Amino acid sequence: MDKPAAALQSFYLGTDGLERLLSVLRRRGLRTVGPTVRDQAIVYDDIETLADLPRGWTDEQAPGHYRLTRRDDDALFGYAVGPQSWKKFLHPPIQKLWSSKREGEAVTVTAEPAAEQRMAFIGVRACELRAIAIQDKVLTEGANKDPHYVARRKGAFLVAVNCGQAAGTCFCVSMNAGPKAESGFDLSLTELIDERGHGFLVEAGTEEGREVLAELPHRTASQDERGAADAVVEHTAASMGRAMPAEDLHALLLRNLEHPRWDAVANICLSCSNCTMVCPTCFCTSVEETSDLANEETARSRRWDSCFTIDYSYLHGGSVRSSSKSRYRQWMTHKLATWHDQFGSSGCVGCGRCIAWCPVGIDITAEVRAISDSEKK
Amino acid sequence: MLDLAANSNSNAAADPMVPRVVRVTKRRKDAPDVVTLEMEMKDGFDFVPGQFNMLTAFGVGEVAISISGDPVKRNRLVHTIRDVGPVSGALTRLQPGQSLGLRGPFGIGWPVAEAAGRDVIIFAGGLGLAPLRPAIYRVLGERKRFGKVALLYGTRTPGDILFQRELESWRRTLDATVEITVDRGTPEWHGHVGVVTNLVKYAEFDPKTALAMVCGPEVMMRFGAAALRAAGMPDTNIYLSMERNMKCAVGFCGHCQFGPVFVCKDGPVFTFDRLREILTVKEL
Amino acid sequence: MEGLDRIIRGHAFFAGLDEDFVKLVTGCSKNVRFEAGQYLFREGGPADEFFLLREGRVALELAAPGKGAISILTASEGEVVGFSWLVPPNRWVYDGRATGLVRAISIDGACLRNKCEADHDLGYEMMKRVVAIVIKRLHDTRLQSLDVYNVHA
Repeated sequence: MDKPAAALQSFYLGTDGLERLLSVLRRRGLRTVGPTVRDQAIVYDDIETLADLPRGWTDEQAPGHYRLTRRDDDALFGYAVGPQSWKKFLHPPIQKLWSSKREGEAVTVTAEPAAEQRMAFIGVRACELRAIAIQDKVLTEGANKDPHYVARRKGAFLVAVNCGQAAGTCFCVSMNAGPKAESGFDLSLTELIDERGHGFLVEAGTEEGREVLAELPHRTASQDERGAADAVVEHTAASMGRAMPAEDLHALLLRNLEHPRWDAVANICLSCSNCTMVCPTCFCTSVEETSDLANEETARSRRWDSCFTIDYSYLHGGSVRSSSKSRYRQWMTHKLATWHDQFGSSGCVGCGRCIAWCPVGIDITAEVRAISDSEKK
Repeated sequence: MLDLAANSNSNAAADPMVPRVVRVTKRRKDAPDVVTLEMEMKDGFDFVPGQFNMLTAFGVGEVAISISGDPVKRNRLVHTIRDVGPVSGALTRLQPGQSLGLRGPFGIGWPVAEAAGRDVIIFAGGLGLAPLRPAIYRVLGERKRFGKVALLYGTRTPGDILFQRELESWRRTLDATVEITVDRGTPEWHGHVGVVTNLVKYAEFDPKTALAMVCGPEVMMRFGAAALRAAGMPDTNIYLSMERNMKCAVGFCGHCQFGPVFVCKDGPVFTFDRLREILTVKEL
Repeated sequence: MEGLDRIIRGHAFFAGLDEDFVKLVTGCSKNVRFEAGQYLFREGGPADEFFLLREGRVALELAAPGKGAISILTASEGEVVGFSWLVPPNRWVYDGRATGLVRAISIDGACLRNKCEADHDLGYEMMKRVVAIVIKRLHDTRLQSLDVYNVHA
């Protein structure tokens, strides 16, 4: 993850080049993961060849709605984001922390070693790069560092993709997190598919990115190709599905902690925690202790948790946030307001997953707008 | 601070989530449901009054417990634990020689250094006396560094009073006001009965410059801080120790958030001016 | 009697009271003293007086069968004990026991009630002071009854 060179030179890579990229990365010992179709959604999983990618698929997203439909071309990245994010690899849902063994009264603790297998993420969107940077801040840039996250993150090779279209739920532009990947990638691709051909404008962002690119069949991009790539990004930026209201969300939300809108959203929120599961920046975890029957061998692991669960804030026989209203308020004010106090940025990247995957279609941008509008009356 | 004892572990320093193993050397019952454990730390254990450790009862779980011993006695780590659930219960049942897991110390502690030259009020409620005890040791241990000192302590009944012998000795031998009250008295109790805020009038202090350290149930800290405010103290000189659900103690799990702060790393000790407004927001 | 008006004028309860009213109140007052363990008043007894505490501590107690005397509040110097003289049936609702030597001013309830009836301005001054203490006691009692130290809510 070394710093990128001053000006990124653009190259053209054909689909054969992309195919070769996967094998080059695997030859270097990296596990290649990327988008693939499964269970009627585009998820992130191991991919070996281009055939594993969602060729010719696109997604139709709206509040509480996600459908895959066929495109009329063979684009490999012609969709936005699905229910999963790269946190499933960097900050996995279950992580063993340590195990212990007892002999008499003596106990020995053995830490779970950090992962050594490197991974290559194929098709990281701009909003996802921002989300990874946000989780980096939380888990590696404070006084304490999570060694498991650090190891996986250090070893990750990121192949970014500039989105060819925005989904109905996307709002990265208003969160200043896309649609163009500006930094934080080893390679960045913009898919160009038209009557002239099917290939990618590619840029290397790091030394390792340049090394890998050197092993692929590529040539300097033409001015037309660079123009076409710019046009793709402009088109995406202009077709965002929605926008977060442009104002100081920190001030707006923190002066409205008792707003009636929280009661209104609580009436429909199921506290199902889907939003926190799909959100690429949500990082909350809980711990679990397991042991054998003789209590001689025990282990502790960490698993994803959600501020929407009733016992998340359990204290002295009850929960601090027992109402669904208080839990929804916690999630939204943390994501958009107090995240700034804690980490110096918003916690939201405008990916829209929480909107699409909310079973009752709650839209975080609409919730903000409702509170903001009520003040203007 | 790697523990080089026989029960050593690997990678402990690298991963803040991995505990070291320590053994109980002494166990004392302070009240029906309160036990104080002592652990001998051969290489010493350094902490600031008000900090806490995460203690593991192997096979049961882990819980945040404030350190309740004297930081100067660095070879003896002391914890006062109340049995309120499976983990704390398991810890209170540990016997000398048995092992537990330890991570820490964590958090921002009491402003003992800042209190130098000023009047000090130590305001404890219930089990809140335990996290304050390290500060009491430091203040009374270097008595001349501080102005007037008052220890005000309220608890439920006379049977719940913690550290009775120490309280008696502090009252008898040291230049400090020590007042204790209970919510309900018994026939043998000859002391104060009433809400702990009634004790403020017994403390001698300059409200403009005094420093107060308040610890106890959240409701008690709220009305305690209100009473100190009413006596003329500015909110910036009143310190509270907050408590929230904790799973990691290092700002990773998210559970201890209270508005913008993580109680584990931005606290647990906070000035009242930082908390005053969010303390009254229900279910924050 | 001399010096009593000085004590009454100086007691926190009567702070700011007009000099004429101090004289009226003094007319109903006397010095009293209780040894440790003595009762100032007993539950059910006629509540003819109230006490301005000057020294020592008084425990307000209720006796419960099998539990002995339960102290529900202690009052000490600068405080006032006894409000039942104000309201019918004018009977003490608690026992009031001196936990150590107690020196106080006892103010005759009937005497003061009559003077308040005769001069409503004096009555209003008394009421203001009594109500302030009663409100504070009510608030304190509520905080006590919250049982905040009991973790198993």
